[in-house]
Amino acid sequence: MNSKDNTFVIDANSRTPLNLKEIWEFRELLYFFAWRDIKVKYKQTFLGVTWAFIQPFLMMVILNIFFGSMLHFPSDQLPYSVFAFTGLIIWNIFSSGTINSSNSMLTNAVIIKKNYFPRIILPLAAVIVSLFDFLVSFILFGGLLIWFRVLPDFFRFIAFFPLAVIIALITTVGTGVIIGAMSIRFRDFRIVMPFLIQLLLFITPVIYPISAISNKTLYYVLSLNPMAGAISLARAAITHNPVDWRIIAISGGMAVFIFILGMLIFKRNETLISDLA
Amino acid sequence: MKTILEVNNVSKKYSLSVINPAYQTLSGSMTIFFRGGKSNEREFWALNDVSFEVKEGDTLGIIGRNGAGKTTLLKIISRITSPTSGRITGKGKVTSLLEVGTGFHLELTGRENIYMNGSILGLKKKEIDAKLEEIVEFSGVEEFIDNPLKFYSSGMQLRLAFSIGAHLEPEILAIDEVLAVGDSLFQQKCIEKMTSIVKSGRTILFVSHNMQALKTICNKAIVLDAGKKVFDGTAEAAVDFYNTEHRLQGQIINLLDLPRGKYAGELIFRELRFTTPAFQYGEDISFSVLLKIVNPSARKDNVIFGANLVDRFGNNIYHISNILTNQPFIHNSDNDEYQFSIKSNLRPGQYRLTLCLTVNDVVQDFFTELINFTVEEGNPYGFSKTGFIQGMVFPGFEIQKT
Repeated sequence: MNSKDNTFVIDANSRTPLNLKEIWEFRELLYFFAWRDIKVKYKQTFLGVTWAFIQPFLMMVILNIFFGSMLHFPSDQLPYSVFAFTGLIIWNIFSSGTINSSNSMLTNAVIIKKNYFPRIILPLAAVIVSLFDFLVSFILFGGLLIWFRVLPDFFRFIAFFPLAVIIALITTVGTGVIIGAMSIRFRDFRIVMPFLIQLLLFITPVIYPISAISNKTLYYVLSLNPMAGAISLARAAITHNPVDWRIIAISGGMAVFIFILGMLIFKRNETLISDLA
Repeated sequence: MKTILEVNNVSKKYSLSVINPAYQTLSGSMTIFFRGGKSNEREFWALNDVSFEVKEGDTLGIIGRNGAGKTTLLKIISRITSPTSGRITGKGKVTSLLEVGTGFHLELTGRENIYMNGSILGLKKKEIDAKLEEIVEFSGVEEFIDNPLKFYSSGMQLRLAFSIGAHLEPEILAIDEVLAVGDSLFQQKCIEKMTSIVKSGRTILFVSHNMQALKTICNKAIVLDAGKKVFDGTAEAAVDFYNTEHRLQGQIINLLDLPRGKYAGELIFRELRFTTPAFQYGEDISFSVLLKIVNPSARKDNVIFGANLVDRFGNNIYHISNILTNQPFIHNSDNDEYQFSIKSNLRPGQYRLTLCLTVNDVVQDFFTELINFTVEEGNPYGFSKTGFIQGMVFPGFEIQKT
């Protein structure tokens, strides 16, 4: 406790910018929030963390039966199961991360009203929980690759796959904080979010490849969805197909845009959170 | 002594949009938008131009009625909410203990909850590691520390929660009314712990209704009333000010123009009339109350009054209400007068009256310990030195040899 010289100023007229140094100071709290949510989520469940990959696995099996075996959807030369699973685990980062981080402000309202910490920590912790689920299901992903003898190029994988995850994470944090800030003002978002996410699933190339879109205009419009780029890139990481970098650039750019927009909106509303939550 | 905290002209405004739940849905805010925006927006100043400074090592008490702005002040100083105007400068880390056990999760063990709650209160993991044993021992729940919190009794949960709070060591600690928890033995332990924190030279801001604890712990105090600072001085003087000058006295008291808290306010108190300027010992405490209809279209059946008699230490002696006797009133016009009469065996001294008015279970108006009245010297036993008799009330009794 040698912070005696740390002078602080609270001024009604000065807007504080996003304080990265402060978030760094509260990194342990970020860790504890994420740790608590993971722990509580799987505590007292019979199957524990295996739930993290049972869900995408079952989804994959169903999708494979209908779209792979029966409807013969194109799958970028991958076995349809691997194709679908890759899409699903990246998609799940977004879907669960967005829902949880947008709810995080309201579920932790009691803590927010009685304690100070940078509020951004709550949606960030929620996204970390989704990242944890992703890492657990990634183990099964490795198993699937071996089972179906899909052998990716090592360097290609190391370069593409993490980038795909990063695009997904940036998008998730951005959307999560936007919806989080909005749901403080309008509780409607709480209700409408799960539904919206479900709609989004169909305009995101999770069960079909983006390359299946033949209409060029629609193709580029769809890649405005950052998750389209992230999923395409994740799949490119395990194939030897050429990558359409234009859509990755569009998606990546949108991801960064959503992220920055999210931070700005969140910052504007941050002071309201403890009054309204 | 150096100044450690300087509060300059701090105000906090809440608008009705913050209070009115209609604004929290899209349709609600659209309706309001199309009706011409801020038509029914009402402003509420929780704090109004408050300034004071705290020197290093001071323990500052903050006194005031409910809704006077005490908690808002602590929340602004600890950055939980931001001021509407004004500026605060301070040195060192500020930690607020507005509630104990925030962030406790029933599925986590006691030990895990210590880490979670400690971290929320601004402790580093290393600091919690170092204090863990002490916290566990202080709480007295060693045996159960690795069991999930849901198996704890509420008393155990509270003790654990307070133990974490008691082991905080920031430069500036803001505490809100948390001593009022736990059984009396544990409370005593907490007050001792608090006193030792004070002696260690830490700067403390302390909000309490317990004037006795406040006088013990604090050396300075400010009094807030309706968001304004009305007194600044030693703790002793502040408590005296709060207890006497600051309350309403007299036989007929006008309640219409007083500042009010965030209550519905469709039907409010207008006037209170005591039957006598001071009650004799043993005399019924009787007074009558007049109301004012603010919103003529609101319901006026199922009118319930509540009144508490509180002694000057804040002990609640009597609680009366027509809900207890199941006799709700219908308020027909503002000419209606409601007569209260309480059989009394209160010892002589100063008492305060808390008044509450609800219609159909919605609180309309509330004054906490606002009105002072006196019970004159005397006792039922014919004993010459009333001051010699202990006890808060003088009961009728018999002691006989059989």
